[in-house]
Amino acid sequence: MSVPPAAAARADRRPLSEAARQEIRQLAARYEHRQSALLPALFVAQAEYGWLPPEALEGVAQTLDLPLAEVVSVASFYHLFYLAPVGRHVVQVCTNVSCMLAGCGAVVARLRERLGVGPGSTTPDGRFTWRTAECLAACDEAPVVLVDEDRWPRVQPEAVDDLLARYP
Amino acid sequence: MPESILLKWTRDGGVHDLTAYCRAGGYAAARRVATGELPPESVIDLLVQSGLRGKGGAGFPTGQKWKFIPRSAPIKYVVVNADEGEPGTFKDRTLLEGCPHLLIEGIIIAAVTVGARKAYVYLRREFHRARRLLEQAVAQARAAGFVGERIFGGEHTVEIVVHTGAGAYIAGEESALLESLEGRRALPRLRPPFPAQAGLYQQPTLVNNVETLCHVPAILTLGPERYRELGPPALFSISGHVTRPGVYELPLGTPLRAMIFEHAGGLRPGRRVQAVFPGGSSSMLLTADQLDVPMDYDSLRAVGSMLGSAAVIVIDDSADIVEVIARVVEFYRDESCGKCTPCREGTVWITQVFDRLLGGRGRPADLDLLEGIARGMTGTCFCPLGESVPPSLVASLRHFRHAYERHIARAGAGVAAPPAAGAAHGH
Repeated sequence: MSVPPAAAARADRRPLSEAARQEIRQLAARYEHRQSALLPALFVAQAEYGWLPPEALEGVAQTLDLPLAEVVSVASFYHLFYLAPVGRHVVQVCTNVSCMLAGCGAVVARLRERLGVGPGSTTPDGRFTWRTAECLAACDEAPVVLVDEDRWPRVQPEAVDDLLARYP
Repeated sequence: MPESILLKWTRDGGVHDLTAYCRAGGYAAARRVATGELPPESVIDLLVQSGLRGKGGAGFPTGQKWKFIPRSAPIKYVVVNADEGEPGTFKDRTLLEGCPHLLIEGIIIAAVTVGARKAYVYLRREFHRARRLLEQAVAQARAAGFVGERIFGGEHTVEIVVHTGAGAYIAGEESALLESLEGRRALPRLRPPFPAQAGLYQQPTLVNNVETLCHVPAILTLGPERYRELGPPALFSISGHVTRPGVYELPLGTPLRAMIFEHAGGLRPGRRVQAVFPGGSSSMLLTADQLDVPMDYDSLRAVGSMLGSAAVIVIDDSADIVEVIARVVEFYRDESCGKCTPCREGTVWITQVFDRLLGGRGRPADLDLLEGIARGMTGTCFCPLGESVPPSLVASLRHFRHAYERHIARAGAGVAAPPAAGAAHGH
């Protein structure tokens, strides 16, 4: 993903907060081995920074007492960890078979037009990052769009503007 | 519509409240198991007699799987595979969003039966609504004394932890799921040992799919004979070019034609069935003259396909099969974990050939090339993900060769194909 200057400027150098470290330690207590808390911990850190800058990865590694290389390796494997800044809202359009048959191509085209950037990119104002997604397991609602934690069913291209307007 | 044992909990917005679930008979089976009224051996016998098979795709007999967990091991786990992501499949999400208590009851029964004190639900991260509802339901069940220490006033302890993934289809493969749950990259493990011997933290682990566990309370309540009389029932996710896509609870063996035309509302006016994935995108594509196949494990195997996760994707004659298969291969390429060469390299190579075909630069030799790559991937991949690619690719080359040849002919005439509907794809 490209790094928009506006979002990159927001990244600061502060270490992972004590509150986040505390939350991660509590998460680790749910498991027999502390490394099991790594995925949940990365989400805690990602919630604090909006993405996973080096400080976040270091903070997670220190708190769980894991090698930084291991933390980076795991973070880079999963689609939902952001190793570069993202916009305030993340839009995921499912383009897998059922959504493709239901016409997601037109939704993708509309998003590209309205947001002015291609999939995998962030708008210059830092408001949206959008990308295509693999099956969201909602094929009965195809074409499906996930904005942050909200799933929008049967999205038609002409509804894209209204949808985006809900996320200032 | 036949009597429903699963979807009855999801109708009219579903049952999310513990009191309402109990009033309708919920947690009665779990109580009998937790208080010792129904001992573990009896539970397993009932499951074996019911004929229940795993609903995650592999179809392994569930009673057998539970029996494999060694009695004597001091530490055991139950892990719920709620990482539903096979394209076309949405039944587990429907159950989770409709009635999370049904899953919790199944988990309690499984944990007590195999002697596990702790269960982890590995939930797809994208299931935000399911996560909220499941966490709320676990909290309700804990407050009622159904989850935690000395459940139902008996002597068993069952803790349930809801854990989310982070976006990786391969984490739905059970050994990769365990790796992910241990906080590592979701790479599949070499088997044996199987999870029943050495699973989570190398301890005996029962891994079951969401739907599988949701069948268990009804089997104990109705008895295996009545359960079998109902079909046995199974959930089918039907999507694609049908007018009423959705999850349908139907007897195993219901003909594919009835599913499409009686239950899912048929096709749009004037359209004909071109092809169908009967069990998700990894099942071999069927053609329009195979619609009378009964949707069960053996009948689908007999025609070279499989029931898989029972995800029926219907493709009508408006679609370009070449585009559909290209999209499927792209999916497996992007979700390949990269551990083994045939999958990592094969999916990329096939995608390159499809890019050529769809870009109007296809060559006649490309079809043999695709066959050859598919052959090279067959039986050589480390896990089922790579093995998912060849069946449909080969079937499409056999049954829809004209569609491929059309693209090649266009290349010969110097005309580029229009961009594919799903072609605007990338991360």
